Amino acid sequence: MKKWLIVSTLLLLLAASFAGCAKNNKEKVYVYNWGEYMDPEVRVMFEKETGIEVVYDEFEQNEEMFPKVEAGAVRYDVVCPSDYMIQKMIDEGLLAELNYDNIPNIKNIDPVYLKSAEEFDPGNKYSVPYCWGTLGILYNKTMVDEPIDSWGAIFDEKYSGDILMIDSVRDAFGIALTYLGYDLNSTSVTELEEAKALLKAQYPLVQAYVVDQVRDKMIGGEAALGVIYSGEAIYTKRENSDLEYVVPKEGSNVWIDAWVIPKNCRNKENAEAFINYMCDPEIALKNFEYITYSTPNKAAREMITDPDIKDSPVAFPDESVLNRCKTYRYLGAEIETLYNDKWNEAKME
Amino acid sequence: MKDVTQVNKPAKRLNGEAGHHSLKIKKTTWLSMPYLLWMAGFIILPLILIVYYGITTEDGAATIKNLLLISDPINRRALLLALELSLISTIICLLLAYPLALILNKIKMKSNSFIVMIIILPMWMNFLLRTIAWQNILERTGVLNKLLSFLGIGPLNIINTPGAIILGMVYNFLPFMVLPIYNVLIKIDRDIINAARDLGANSMQTFIKIILPLSLPGIISGITMVFVPALTTFVISTILGGSKIVLIGNVIEQQFRLGNRNEGSGLSLVLMIFILISMAIVSKYDKESEGSSIW
Repeated sequence: MKKWLIVSTLLLLLAASFAGCAKNNKEKVYVYNWGEYMDPEVRVMFEKETGIEVVYDEFEQNEEMFPKVEAGAVRYDVVCPSDYMIQKMIDEGLLAELNYDNIPNIKNIDPVYLKSAEEFDPGNKYSVPYCWGTLGILYNKTMVDEPIDSWGAIFDEKYSGDILMIDSVRDAFGIALTYLGYDLNSTSVTELEEAKALLKAQYPLVQAYVVDQVRDKMIGGEAALGVIYSGEAIYTKRENSDLEYVVPKEGSNVWIDAWVIPKNCRNKENAEAFINYMCDPEIALKNFEYITYSTPNKAAREMITDPDIKDSPVAFPDESVLNRCKTYRYLGAEIETLYNDKWNEAKME
Repeated sequence: MKDVTQVNKPAKRLNGEAGHHSLKIKKTTWLSMPYLLWMAGFIILPLILIVYYGITTEDGAATIKNLLLISDPINRRALLLALELSLISTIICLLLAYPLALILNKIKMKSNSFIVMIIILPMWMNFLLRTIAWQNILERTGVLNKLLSFLGIGPLNIINTPGAIILGMVYNFLPFMVLPIYNVLIKIDRDIINAARDLGANSMQTFIKIILPLSLPGIISGITMVFVPALTTFVISTILGGSKIVLIGNVIEQQFRLGNRNEGSGLSLVLMIFILISMAIVSKYDKESEGSSIW
C-alpha cells in the first residue's frame, strides 16, 4: 500500500510536469535580456499595442545566459547577447534566421552598425543590433590626483582597495591583454598566462569584483576607479558629477549587443514583432533615455533633444577612440575553458 | 542535503515519544501524504539527480572525475575556507546563543515570549534584503564608517573581508542556534535542578552536571542548523565578500550558472560527504539524546 502510494505520486509528478510543456503559449513573448537594459514602460507599451504579453528575465553575463538558452528549459523567444557570444551561438546552430519581412523597422538602424555586426554575423542573418558601447574606466576626480588615461591605473598599487574590477572573464582578460600590448582575442597560452599573472597581481588591490553593482558603488563614492561599460557612464555622471569616463589610450573593447531568436523559441512571429518594436525610433529613444547605452538607431539618435548627450563623446565616441577599440571574437570551446580556468585562478589569494 | 538532516529530526523524535500510541498513529498515516509527496518530488528526486550527474560525464558515461575536482587547488582552498568560516561562525553563534537561552529560561513567561519574538523579528524580513543592508552598513562610505568618522575614528575596512562574511553568517543564523537550545532548556524539569541543589551541588556544578548535559540535544540541533547553511552559503559571501572571497558554495553555484551541471553535482556530492562527516563527529557527543542523530 505504502509503496504503491509513493510510486503513484512520483508518476503523478512526472505527468504534471509533462502536461505543463504541452500547454499552448499563444500571445506571449519570452524575453531574456541584460539586467537594467530596457525601460520597463516599454514592455507595458508593447503589451498594450500588440496584446502580446512579455515574460521578462534578466542575466548579468553572456556566459550565464548561454547554458540556459542552450538547455532550452525556459525556451526564450528573444535574447540579447553580445557579439562574440552571438558568433558562438551561430557556430553551435542555436539561432534561427530572422525574417526581415516582419522587422521593417530595420531601416532605422544605422548601416554602419549593421556592417560592424557582420563581423560576428555575416549577412546580418541572425541578429539586430540593440545597443553598443565601449569598455573603460570610470573614475572619481576627487579621489585620484592625476588624469586617468591608462589601464595602468587599475593595476597601480597606489589605488589599492579603491578599484572595482569587472567580474566578466572576457572583459577582464581583454583589459589585461590590451595593457600588455597583446590582441584581446589572443589564443596564445603564454600570453594568457602573462595576462593571468597581471590579474592575479591585481587581486590584492581590488576592492570587489562586480558587474551591475559598479554603478551604485561609484555613485556612492565607494571606490576611486571602476571598470564599466560606457552606457553606464552617462547615468552615473548624472548622479555624481565627480565621475569621469575614459577609454584608455592602450585601446579597449567595442561591443554590440543584438537581439537574436533561439531556434528553440516558442513563437517566432511574436519574437520578430518584439524586435521590430525595439527598432521603432520612439521606442529606441525611450530606451536610450532610460538606460543611456548608445543606440545604433539612427532615427532615434536624431530625435535626441539634449545636445550634450546627442554629441556626447561617451555615448557616441569619435573615430579616434573607436579606432583603438576591437571587438571580441568567439575563440572556440577549448580556449573558452582556458580563459575561464585562468580567470578563476587569477581571482584567488 | 541540509533539508534531509534537519527535517528528519523532529519526525523521528515524534515517533519515539509517541511509540505507545502506535494504534492511533497508524490511522493517521495518510496525513503524512502531503509531506511524503513533497519529499519525493523536492528532496529525493533532486538528490538522485545530483548523484546521477555527479558520477557521470555530459554524455552519460560513468566517471569519478567530477568528484576529484575537489583536489583542484582552487576548489580545495574554497572548501577549506568555507569550513573555517562556518566553523568560526558556529562557535560564535553558540557562545552568543547559549547564555541568551539560559537567561531567557530564567525570566518570567510573559516577557520571555516577547524576547523570543524579538529574536525572530529580523526573520520577518527577507534574508537577502538583510544581507544587502549589511553591505550598506559595512561599506567604506556606509553607515558604520560615517558614524565612526563622526566620532573621529578612522574608517574601518570590514566589507569584502572574511570578517564581514562571518558577521553575515552569525547575524543570519543566530536565531537557529538560540531557538533549539531555548526549547530544550525550558523542558528541563525544575525538580531535577532543585534536587541537585538539595544534594549540595553549587550553581556551577548544577550547570555542568545537569543543565549542560540535558541541553546537549538543543546544542546539537543548533550546531547543525547553523553549520550546514553557513558551509553551503554563496549569497553571503558574494554580497559581503565582493566576489573576492570564494567559498565552496560559490564554486558550485558558478559551475551550475555556467551550465556545468555534472561538475557542480560532483562538487555538491563531495560537500555532502563533508557535511555527513561533521554531523557524525557532532553526534558522537550526543549519545544520550535519543533520535537526534541522523545515523
